[in-house]
Amino acid sequence: MTTANNPSSLIDYRALIEPTRVNSRLYHDQKIFEQELERIWYRSWVYVGHVSEVPNRNDYVTKSIGPTPVLLVHDRTGQISLLLNKCPHRGNQLCAYREGNRSTFTCPYHSWTFSNTGELAGFAYADGYEGSDKSKFGLGRVPRVGIYRGFVFGSFATEGPSLEEHLGGAKASIDQLLATSPEGELELTAGFLQHRTKANWKFMLENETDGYHPAFVHSSVFQVTDSGIGKLYGPQSTALTRDFGNGHTEFDLRPEWRRIGEPLAWFGTTTGKLPDYAKAMEASYGPERARQIMIDGSPHIMIFPNLFIAEIQLFVLQPIAVDETIQHVTALQFKGAQDFNRRLRQQTMGSVGPAGLLLADDTEMYERNHRGALINDPEWLTLSRGIHRERRDENDYLVGHSTDEVPQRGIWRHYTQLMAV
Amino acid sequence: MNQQEASTAQRRMVRAGELLERVEQFLFLEARLQDTHAYDEWESLWTDDAIYWVPANGATDPETQMSIIYDNRSRIRVRVNQLKTGRHHTQTPRSELARIVSNVELLDRVGDEIDVRANAFILEESLRGETMWAARNEYRLRMLGDDFKMIRKKVSLVNSHKPIFTLSFLV
Repeated sequence: MTTANNPSSLIDYRALIEPTRVNSRLYHDQKIFEQELERIWYRSWVYVGHVSEVPNRNDYVTKSIGPTPVLLVHDRTGQISLLLNKCPHRGNQLCAYREGNRSTFTCPYHSWTFSNTGELAGFAYADGYEGSDKSKFGLGRVPRVGIYRGFVFGSFATEGPSLEEHLGGAKASIDQLLATSPEGELELTAGFLQHRTKANWKFMLENETDGYHPAFVHSSVFQVTDSGIGKLYGPQSTALTRDFGNGHTEFDLRPEWRRIGEPLAWFGTTTGKLPDYAKAMEASYGPERARQIMIDGSPHIMIFPNLFIAEIQLFVLQPIAVDETIQHVTALQFKGAQDFNRRLRQQTMGSVGPAGLLLADDTEMYERNHRGALINDPEWLTLSRGIHRERRDENDYLVGHSTDEVPQRGIWRHYTQLMAV
Repeated sequence: MNQQEASTAQRRMVRAGELLERVEQFLFLEARLQDTHAYDEWESLWTDDAIYWVPANGATDPETQMSIIYDNRSRIRVRVNQLKTGRHHTQTPRSELARIVSNVELLDRVGDEIDVRANAFILEESLRGETMWAARNEYRLRMLGDDFKMIRKKVSLVNSHKPIFTLSFLV
């Protein structure tokens, strides 16, 4: 490779990603991170927030797409929009608060005021802008906003696949999640924990549906909680790993829950202990369907690139540098399920976030992964587990044994498509 | 600030004297047990109805809002037991810790229960590097003869509304 013909921006991703191995450089190269921002985070669909976080007109909450802060706004006209937090005058950060309710935003620097629909409402000392067209000074915005069943996604590309095309098979998992709510709706009202992680975001992306690590990384929790969860992971497990395509992957525990056949076993409890929830589920879905939903449980799915639904909680991955990622996490809360919601919060607080009994150890692994990736030899990391036994399921998705690296191979196939241009 | 908040903000016990000294000695003991990973001894400082609370985002209601830690007595035990397995990777190897507990104030005494505040500043050294932690701590202690136990400890990290690194040592 000569420098004259190959500017440094030309990275041959197909030479760094093979079907069963990836090059360590993908995790720590600053140039690659910049190209990921350009080709993934600032182009494809990225999860931003949930409509229940802005339930009332004029509610807003500060979210992000990668390192870029984004205001998720339920605007004065009732629309959900994604505005960029930058005054178009001199670039000042427009809104300094995490959330609130207001119909306008005023820049503290020179007092330009914007409607929460993004238009400039007025200049301060307007005589200095005689003849200026106010409509040319609106806030930046994420041009495409897509909402699937309350989940709000944004794409900085003005055209491309629709959100539903992008979600593909992952839609069924979101439907499965909402079916566990008696009213079919989710409310994210408990606030987010923010777990700062000194590691590349892709270590998290890959680990969320990795069924090989729990028996080792989480053995201390399994030992001290006597939860029986440990048995779901390991060589005997009937759970499946699945690649939905488009980078979305799943750890499907339904085969295990169906084998056990007990409603709410997936939540470590019984209908007897959560009678209000069980009654509400039966009222909504009928006894038979409710029983099946309560046996199957909530999904464990990683929606590329940043939305991870882990049965009882929701994570949002936010890369802020090549070696730093924030894991935002909150307990799922279901409309009309008070007794259930309390347990969701308690379990979530115990297991995730900076002091969570599970995530503290996952995050320790991410940070050690990153330090390992910086070492050049061996430069290739292996994702070959179960390649000889992967197969197509009834919907033609690739599936494998619960401990196999089907999801990770799927993630990198999609990554290659986005990055190798 | 309304009148009630104002009076809470100015709450303090005058002529605390000898009691303050005993409370300080207890807080320093707790700090040392935490710094030296003396898990069983630290666990024995709690009452049976204890609550160990580290709020996130300055939240005021742990029953509805996510907290970094919101442990009842049985979860305190689980947390300690996990640390003792030797396979809690984030504490294997263990963090090196030194903390300063200062600005100790006695706020109130009702029967055998005392409300105490203090600031804590902690330097943690781990595989990741050095991390500084600062917190405003609130304790409710129960007096048992010459000794104390913790009924409640609330650790308000000054950066609880920001992304924070793994917090797996006893804070």
